[in-house]
Amino acid sequence: MTPPPEPAPEQFARIEESPEFRRLRSSFRNFAFPVTAGFVLWYLLYVLLSCYAPDLMSTKVVGNINLALVLGLLQFASTFAIAAWYARHAGRRLDPRAAVIRGRAAAVPVVEGSAE
Amino acid sequence: MIQLATSASEHRTLIMSLFGVFVIATLGITLWAGRQTKDAADFYAGGRAFTGFQNGLAISGDYMSAASFLGIAGLIALFGYDGFLYSIGFLVAWLVALLLVAEPLRNSGRYTMADALAFRMRQRPVRTAAGISTIVVSIFYLLAQMVGAGSLVALLLGVSGDGAKRWTIVAVGALMVIYVTVGGMKGTTWVQIVKAVLLIAGAALMTVMVLAKYHFNLSSLLGAASDASGKGHAFLEPGLKYGLTGTTKLDFLSLGLALVLGTAGLPHILVRFYTVPTARAARKSVLWAIGIIGVFYLMTLALGFGAAALVGPKTIKASNAAGNTAAPLLAEQLGGGAGSTGGAVLLAVISAVAFATILAVVAGLTLASSSSFAHDLWANVIRRGKASEKEEVASAKLAAVAIGAIAIVLSIFADKLNAAALVALAFAVAASANLPTLLYSLFWKRFNTVGAVSATYAGLITSVTLVIFSPVVSGNPRTSLFPHSDFHWFPLENPGLISIPVGFLAGAIGTWLAREQADPAKYAELEVRSLTGLGAD
Repeated sequence: MTPPPEPAPEQFARIEESPEFRRLRSSFRNFAFPVTAGFVLWYLLYVLLSCYAPDLMSTKVVGNINLALVLGLLQFASTFAIAAWYARHAGRRLDPRAAVIRGRAAAVPVVEGSAE
Repeated sequence: MIQLATSASEHRTLIMSLFGVFVIATLGITLWAGRQTKDAADFYAGGRAFTGFQNGLAISGDYMSAASFLGIAGLIALFGYDGFLYSIGFLVAWLVALLLVAEPLRNSGRYTMADALAFRMRQRPVRTAAGISTIVVSIFYLLAQMVGAGSLVALLLGVSGDGAKRWTIVAVGALMVIYVTVGGMKGTTWVQIVKAVLLIAGAALMTVMVLAKYHFNLSSLLGAASDASGKGHAFLEPGLKYGLTGTTKLDFLSLGLALVLGTAGLPHILVRFYTVPTARAARKSVLWAIGIIGVFYLMTLALGFGAAALVGPKTIKASNAAGNTAAPLLAEQLGGGAGSTGGAVLLAVISAVAFATILAVVAGLTLASSSSFAHDLWANVIRRGKASEKEEVASAKLAAVAIGAIAIVLSIFADKLNAAALVALAFAVAASANLPTLLYSLFWKRFNTVGAVSATYAGLITSVTLVIFSPVVSGNPRTSLFPHSDFHWFPLENPGLISIPVGFLAGAIGTWLAREQADPAKYAELEVRSLTGLGAD
């Protein structure tokens, strides 16, 4: 809640080059980018099937429930699952690393950066 | 229909008093919040003191607009399965916001979307572009809400209510201006929270009542809906609205793209991330929002198919050609039918909830667009950063009045459109103008001012131009904004398929062609700030 004193520009550059930050960035990017590509493709597959394969989509599964509805509900299920997966990943891999970097930055006095 | 109108207007007092209770309660909250709103961070960001859960509810309140409640229920009731795509696209889109946007934005901006976009760029050109696109997207979105309000009034007051309809729109506009100018973000957020709870409760009540009629068997509800639709099994399959020709199929694809990429570019949603203290709380609020919104959209299935089965497409179309009144009509039917007291009471309750929904969303939109006007265009571009905080907030309040007035005037022309289809246009503009700039700016080191400005303007101009020359505006005698003229040459109703790639391409080309280089030190700072939260407000 109480923001630490504004870090100096040199400090950002130094943090960006640090191995801790690189690890944080790659564990963010290696999760977020492929998963985004995955769910967008999965969603587009659903849209394209609805558009161009109506016969397949109208296959009955149970009673009046057809494949189109099942795939639609699966989009809901996958959205909930990916959200939960990301929450877990962020809690385990991102938050602790970010906290370490923030803590270290707060411990380093700003003047030290300008002396370099 | 005439019978419905008279029975409804007999119970108008009930609707008005229920709605009156909501208005008085929310005005009370607004006054209380207004007294606590002291500085700019209070006005723009509610003092950043909301919890993840509270903000999750408020996000849901902002997102479950008239388009979701009235529009999607209507589309499903009229077109069956094809209406369901809206629910899916609107929900999946939240993953883009969760994974790529919410936390970096919270960490790198302060009050508006442009704060994050302009972070490492030359301030004035980028803020001008982002401010303009914020206002354009919000006005499209506002229009959809006002159309929903108009259809509701027409339903409640009967066909002769043209004057009453205008007065209602004016009243909604006036109320939203009060919420925003007096309560700021704190007041508006609490209004969203109250409204989200009411809307979820109302939708859940109707869902349970619909399902109970079919012994909680989804298959028999679907069977009854397809029988009543007169279209047989085609009603449950994709294609009724969008499967007719090659063009409508492309339109469906275009819509699907706009829905999934639009959410993370909606300014009134993005500013919600500033109301919580940390990026972690921003993440939590999106997680809550995904849960709440997901459950709500599952219920739209029951509402839409329930309206088709129990009210019937003929009655729905006779009431509102675009289907915007399907949900309230369903409520009346569930309560015991037209003319019965139970029907009138449930109609009154659901209509009051729908009004509350519209009012809250409209307030959120007005706040986001007037904040952007004040913080981006006025304080940073026109006054070049010399405006005092007090002056900035005062200009936001004036802008809220002006934007309210513009929305009122525009909405008088747009009452034939479906609220969800109209919102989809706002999504297309947001996905074309805002999302490319936002993603490039956060994740592409080389991205520069020229790239940001070209992506925003190219996406904005392409999407708006294509809408103007689409069948939405002219050429279709039944559903166009100007039914008697025809100057359309773009065949699709939704421009996303063209304008989203244009936005992304323009950003890349602008960046490559620019003589200036991106500042690597600024990018390092943005990266560190956005991922660690270091130095965040």
